[in-house]
Amino acid sequence: MAGAGGGGNDVQWCFSQVKGAIDDDVAEADIISTVEFNHSGELLATGDKGGRVVIFQQETENKSQPQCRSEYNVYSTFQSHEPEFDYLKSLEIEEKINKIRWLPQKNAAQFLLSTNDKTIKLWKISERDKRPEGYNLKEEDGRYRDATTITTLRVPVFRPMDLMVEASPRRVFANAHTYHINSISVNSDNETYLSADDLRINLWHQEITDRSFNIVDIKPANMEELTEVITAAEFHPHQCNTFVYSSSKGTIRLCDMRASALCDKHSKLFEEPEDPSNRSFFSEIISSISDVKFSHNGRYMMTRDYLSVKIWDLNMENRPVETYQVHEYLRSKLCSLYENDCIFDKFECCWNGNDSVVMTGSYNNFFRMLDRTQRRDVTLEASRESCKSRQVLKPRRVCAGGKRKKDEISVDSLDFNKKILHTAWHPQDNIIAVATTNNLYIFQEKVN
Amino acid sequence: MQDTVVSPEKAEEAKLKARYPHLGVRPGGSDLLRKRLTKGQKYFDSGDYNMAKAKMKNKQLPTAAAEKTEITGDHIPTPQDLPQRKQSLVASKLAV
Repeated sequence: MAGAGGGGNDVQWCFSQVKGAIDDDVAEADIISTVEFNHSGELLATGDKGGRVVIFQQETENKSQPQCRSEYNVYSTFQSHEPEFDYLKSLEIEEKINKIRWLPQKNAAQFLLSTNDKTIKLWKISERDKRPEGYNLKEEDGRYRDATTITTLRVPVFRPMDLMVEASPRRVFANAHTYHINSISVNSDNETYLSADDLRINLWHQEITDRSFNIVDIKPANMEELTEVITAAEFHPHQCNTFVYSSSKGTIRLCDMRASALCDKHSKLFEEPEDPSNRSFFSEIISSISDVKFSHNGRYMMTRDYLSVKIWDLNMENRPVETYQVHEYLRSKLCSLYENDCIFDKFECCWNGNDSVVMTGSYNNFFRMLDRTQRRDVTLEASRESCKSRQVLKPRRVCAGGKRKKDEISVDSLDFNKKILHTAWHPQDNIIAVATTNNLYIFQEKVN
Repeated sequence: MQDTVVSPEKAEEAKLKARYPHLGVRPGGSDLLRKRLTKGQKYFDSGDYNMAKAKMKNKQLPTAAAEKTEITGDHIPTPQDLPQRKQSLVASKLAV
């Protein structure tokens, strides 16, 4: 699959695959809560509200048939987290997987971190394609041989068997978070990772489960004075001392762990000044950042708030360098979006491999591709109706008001229950994974 | 000349205030945040729960209308109020 992963609008996106049940009656457990490619893009992991992880593997391409795009097929699935009840605090702990983050591959096995509200787990996914046969003391079915019948020595040998993929929990990182974990991020030092909840961020060593270091604590002495919470956090892709965290007030703080053990004092504060005359009841709510992601090259970061995506240059704190409207037509619907709680939906965003295009989801199963270099954007839809193999996705248009043109959909007809909160972009190629409520769509670049 | 153009956001705010006149002035303030921090919490006393369960045997079962989101000390949860906490032994439909 050639391609630098660039050009969101030169690229024509085609349907490749869809995973999940077709029926409209969605069980809560099947709601997809996170999607993540691994570092090579060969594996794609999803987590759901039922605490389950499903990993898909890209089939190795058939070189003789370059037309055949490689498909993602189920590689492994396991129950990562179970529902728990904290009797001491009378707190129900959901098994929903909030985030999955892959570790860079070090050996034959694959490792990922998955987290629910309270506990992070390190899972090892390994392949077994050989098994020993010809035991000296055991029959093939496992029964022990009668010792008196053993007259010769035989040495077991490894013989090939059908591939078995096993997932086993290697580490459980528990009891470090009073509030709900919203983010985990693996450090580029390949030894540590951070976990962030509403008020605190902890630093862990990947091998050590009985201790973690608190590096950010924004809990006020008096909870009545609470004004903002941490909404997302991420390590810099190359600088192992640097991480950022975003807040519900629309600010991003960059911290340097070399400065002090407790990074309550930020090194940089990214905040766009607000025009006070524009301030409304909704201003703070819609400015809350739901996701923050560094660019692959480490020079920029992207934030997603309710209505827009902003690109920040790490060297400029006072305003973003680019701002893209995701669904500006919703600004005149904020009242009803507040009443039905949609205004609190947490959309994620992602970069393509060469940082030229960013993607984020919206309602009505729409998602947006925003091309930074060409300054163009397109709205696409993940729907069962465009599910014919290699069918090119047609751009969608929303009519904000006034006369609705043919092929446009009016704002009032949008289905706000069909949210695309989670999307992922293959690290190198133009392959994207888009999660609707309970289905996973995979789209690929059209190959002529 | 008075500027009569109202931003869509402010128009929406006016709509909201008309529907909910008692809505607080600072929506991003501690009330909203604290509600977020205590998401998932159920004020639940296992002693009261068992007592209520025993009483329920003799009474007719009430229709579930109670506010499921605000189970506080005043409202004694009954087995019917609590959501089923079944463990997910079923495989994900994505893995089919």
